[in-house]
Amino acid sequence: MRNAGMIIGGLIIFLILMTSPIWYNALFGTSVEPPKVESPPNGSTECVEQVEYMRAFHMDLLNEWRDKVVRDGTRDYVSTTNGRAFDMSLSRTCMDCHSNKADFCDRCHTYMAVSPYCWDCHVEPKEAL
Amino acid sequence: MDSSRRGFLKIAGLSVIGAAGGSALVARGSETEPAESSHDDAPASQGTRLAMVIDLRKFSKNDPQLKRIVDACHTTHNVPDFGDDTKNEVKWIWPEEFETAFHSQEFHYVRDDLQGKPTLLLCNHCDNPPCTRVCPTQATWKREADGIVMMDWHRCIGCRYCVVACPYGSRSFNFTDPRPHIENLDPAFPTRMRGVVEKCTFCEERLARGLQPACVEACDNDEIVFGDLNDPDSKIRQLLSEFMTIRRKPGLGTQPEVYYIVEDPRSMQEMAPAVVVSEEGGNHA
Repeated sequence: MRNAGMIIGGLIIFLILMTSPIWYNALFGTSVEPPKVESPPNGSTECVEQVEYMRAFHMDLLNEWRDKVVRDGTRDYVSTTNGRAFDMSLSRTCMDCHSNKADFCDRCHTYMAVSPYCWDCHVEPKEAL
Repeated sequence: MDSSRRGFLKIAGLSVIGAAGGSALVARGSETEPAESSHDDAPASQGTRLAMVIDLRKFSKNDPQLKRIVDACHTTHNVPDFGDDTKNEVKWIWPEEFETAFHSQEFHYVRDDLQGKPTLLLCNHCDNPPCTRVCPTQATWKREADGIVMMDWHRCIGCRYCVVACPYGSRSFNFTDPRPHIENLDPAFPTRMRGVVEKCTFCEERLARGLQPACVEACDNDEIVFGDLNDPDSKIRQLLSEFMTIRRKPGLGTQPEVYYIVEDPRSMQEMAPAVVVSEEGGNHA
């Protein structure tokens, strides 16, 4: 191979540059704690579904609720966890317990760098305003 | 292989024709499907058919009741108030003079008591709504269960096709962010965002909770009556069978479902004096 030194050397430099953020964080970076999710201020311990499911799939559940309510006109959701019926409403059901939007929604969303557009229209509870 | 420019062009030409023909066949095959499943806009004759009767006899000029009704609706639904800035105006229900509201009737000499009579206008929830047909995203549609012309503000892309299609001016567009123009935010109902069309939904969110529409609830004296047209015993059907009603722009074939009672109070007096006693206050002012 002609110019083997140049090519391999170049590749090594390229790899170092590409992975530099990882090295930089490992050497000088401060570790970032995953955000701690605040429990509901009203002391409620029971969500519409299990906590693990809600953590992973709340966005899917909310989309499903939205379509059911707006497009199908059905409003009752029966929990598969405890069989209780809930009103499919972000502002009435979810925010009833999780009235601390800044500590509950935003903390995780900021950490994950996602910006859902729920609050462009839906009104967050008074306490948070 | 003997390849010449002429041979290459022949093969290339044939493949283009073949590809075009093939894709045309594929397109024809897929075209038939949506045609079969497309919904028709035939008026619902079964189930619930929600409609409204507005009794014009019970409104007088500068009636404080009008503002109360409009405010009841607009505060319930977080409708922004732009004041004199009519360019940005957003409205779900609003009063208009009788002659303006019914200009397609081409009245030449309007009966005295109807001249300038405040007439509440709102979405007519037509049986044959032109607005839902033109929506490219199905963000507005007619609910089959009860006939409400519904909106999905999540899905509206703000093209304003429906605003143009509605012959009643019932749809408003949010040219700017409405939030700063809402005085008392009701957290139970969402606002809209910039670039979304909005209109009256017959208070479907209140109906779902067993309540009457906000404007009906704000009435003192059954000025607005709401009910099921398909129920022969409903109050709304009784009113329709008893009194002369008109609808806005009936000639367009949209089948609006908001009816206006325009009965002459004098003929009422002759026919049923007992009824007029309660009506008098409204007609004198």
